[in-house]
Amino acid sequence: MRRSAITPYLIVGPIALVLAYPFYWMLWTALKTDADLYNVDNNPYGFGNGSPTDRNFRFLFEETEYGQWLQNTVVVGIVVVIITLVLALPAGYALARLSGSWGQTMGIGIFLTYLVPPTLLFLPMSRVVSELGLQNRLLALMVVYPSFTVPFSIWLMMGFFKTIPRELEDAALIDGASRLGSLVRVVFPISLPGILTVVIFSFSLVVNEFVYAVTFISTSANRTVSAGVPTELIRGDVFYWGALMAAALIPSIPLALLYNTFLDRFIAGFTGGAFR
Amino acid sequence: MEVAAPARARGRWRDALEERRFLAGVLIAPAVLFIAVLVLAPLLLAIYLSLTDATAGSLSGDFVGLRNYTEAWDSPNFRRALRNTVIFTVISQIVVLLVAGVLAHQLAKPFRGRWILRFFVLLPWAAPIALGTIGFLWIFDSLFSVVNWTLVHDLFPGPPEFKPYEVVNWLFARPGLPDWLEIKPIDPFAPPQWLGQSTLAMAAIIFVHTWRIIPFATVIFLAGLASIPAEVEDAAKVDGAIGLKKFWYVTLPLQLPIATVALLFGIVFTATDMTVVYILTHGGPFNSTHMLTTWAFDTGINSAALGQGAAISLYLLPVLILVAVLMLRFARKVEVS
Repeated sequence: MRRSAITPYLIVGPIALVLAYPFYWMLWTALKTDADLYNVDNNPYGFGNGSPTDRNFRFLFEETEYGQWLQNTVVVGIVVVIITLVLALPAGYALARLSGSWGQTMGIGIFLTYLVPPTLLFLPMSRVVSELGLQNRLLALMVVYPSFTVPFSIWLMMGFFKTIPRELEDAALIDGASRLGSLVRVVFPISLPGILTVVIFSFSLVVNEFVYAVTFISTSANRTVSAGVPTELIRGDVFYWGALMAAALIPSIPLALLYNTFLDRFIAGFTGGAFR
Repeated sequence: MEVAAPARARGRWRDALEERRFLAGVLIAPAVLFIAVLVLAPLLLAIYLSLTDATAGSLSGDFVGLRNYTEAWDSPNFRRALRNTVIFTVISQIVVLLVAGVLAHQLAKPFRGRWILRFFVLLPWAAPIALGTIGFLWIFDSLFSVVNWTLVHDLFPGPPEFKPYEVVNWLFARPGLPDWLEIKPIDPFAPPQWLGQSTLAMAAIIFVHTWRIIPFATVIFLAGLASIPAEVEDAAKVDGAIGLKKFWYVTLPLQLPIATVALLFGIVFTATDMTVVYILTHGGPFNSTHMLTTWAFDTGINSAALGQGAAISLYLLPVLILVAVLMLRFARKVEVS
């Protein structure tokens, strides 16, 4: 028993360090001055030559459109989350409860569309988007992003709704509530943790998306953060490494914290569908 | 009478909403319609475009049959991209399954500090991949790579002198290795150009993919472990199955289904990803690290050959269909049992 108490640290520890290392390195670089960064004689693990500094963070928000990109990402994220909830909640419920065996098959069918990647669809989509006059507009992303958040969220919600005891709804129905009424007043409130999970994972999928964001939007002011940082902050061969690392770090940490907090619910929903 | 008619109509509508089948249809239809318009229609349009000579600027072109497919197939860059896609996917998935399996096994039981270790493990998956890849762009920088600095400097001041690259050379740069690996001893005065030489660039891309998918696979494995009922554990204990024996006869067979799910997802995420290669090497040096996705992007968007680009990306479709069929069969089997 003594021995097994330490094994998790010995095995998980080193792997966790390798996995987290790039983020540690982003933070270190973001805190350094150019004079400290661009001298091969300096020890990169230490500070000196005016480091640590908040200069890179200030540069990012004062000299670039980074703040605007963050704002664009949040706006697109919120709209996409709303569209996703409106479409996925009723569908997830219906597939879990109202439809019999064909619901299961259909649920899997919808889930499979999540496997069709943006890299297969961006070429025709880019044509449709420009045909509709949506290129360079955030509206294009708001319309297209639910195409991958909706299938995924229907799947998660199916899993959550299946775990709710049927008796609760039956009781509401006996009390005279309509099916829709019991859905809104009984089922949705107790599914709140599941709904919150869908909100967080849909939002993070939006922040993550790169292919559509790069293809549909080419004006700097309308970039999202995932597309803006690699395309606009890397100018020719001059890389603003300090600012780049700050830019990469800022959205990553809150997202990771949210992920970790909701992970257990995510697992429950993901496997609750059919793969169990 | 005039008042009763709409009331009756509303009543009928309300009755219909109480009908399970009808209500199910009403609730599902919007989502299905949306998916059909935004996923199925573009997919069909992609197939149509791939059969025409359409260029950026027009949605239609002349029908050219399978010419785009055969022309793509004959291009050496395409062959290279196809080969790379297979190599990237296969190697990264093998590493991912091994590492994630070990991680999940350890993280399944509670111990002090598990939260923070799990947080570290999850970071690469939670952070936007485009931004994580930029981190690696800096880590593998040609002049200021921290990997190279760490390799060639004496990490512990004072005697005896210890430089990690000597160990690496002793381990890997042995005579008799196959030439295609292109492994040469590390020269401390000309350290490796991680993104400037094709074999190293391939290795870097595989590393970033692996780094990215490991957390996801670990999460799926954790879900699998959580679903093994406690009775099974108890029965295994009673029967005296412990350690490796228990792993081989109890845990592994029970884990196999969920491991398959993780693998299928991993294959799709890796084979269809464009972001990592696009940012890390953009297919370079000399188009040697393109994947099907980046090659399709370069052809379809940058060179404006829409039909040709669509054909290139559609070479991924058989893989996706295969994965989908496996998942379907698999989900059915689980349902029956």
